[in-house]
Amino acid sequence: MLTISRELVDAIVAHARADHPDEACGVVAGPEGSDRPERFIQMDNAERSPTFYRFDSHEQFRVWRDMDDRDEVPVVIYHSHTATEAYPSRTDISYASEPDTHYVLVSTAYDEPQFRSYRIVDGVVTEEDVKIVEAYG
Amino acid sequence: MAIEVRIPTILRNYTDGAKAVDAKGATLAELIGDLEARHPGLKERLVDDAGLRRFVNVYLNDEDVRFLGGLGTPVADGDTVTVLPAVAGGAR
Repeated sequence: MLTISRELVDAIVAHARADHPDEACGVVAGPEGSDRPERFIQMDNAERSPTFYRFDSHEQFRVWRDMDDRDEVPVVIYHSHTATEAYPSRTDISYASEPDTHYVLVSTAYDEPQFRSYRIVDGVVTEEDVKIVEAYG
Repeated sequence: MAIEVRIPTILRNYTDGAKAVDAKGATLAELIGDLEARHPGLKERLVDDAGLRRFVNVYLNDEDVRFLGGLGTPVADGDTVTVLPAVAGGAR
């Protein structure tokens, strides 16, 4: 299960809406071993595409180095689908490489945004519950 | 001295869990060859017949080697090579 604050869900959805019809992407970092998403990092989609996203490699290098310095990990990696449902595509699955990361998919294809979370390990997708909290206990 | 190679979580099963390992070589291709000798299986995760795999980013110090000379990029003692998984996907 992904437990995530309302504020972070709102930030992710706002980013997805702002970049619509292009796909939006980013990270929520959190302390290593905590499984708690805390630090919202909006990333550039280097592809600027409605059907594809890729982190800019230089931006990713800086963000990953910052996380390393702070003993953080990418607790959440999110991106949006802008014309299809919030379910991992074949391409998403082929790139997913972090067994401990929650892969969040947001869809902006409908009136109400979809916000769903998955584990993707060795090509196997497992949807998980999302628990939205006002604050972490 | 050697070249420090920083290994992402996903590939640490090849390095007995080490976050960073040392390797030698005059170019990135040689370095990866040396890595393979020390940590068998790693090379296949980094390169294929066409060159660097699209699923990984490899950096020399803080520059993506795709913007340098790819596998032919010269490397030297004291450099740091960082491997990160590329983060990408799409609607299809």
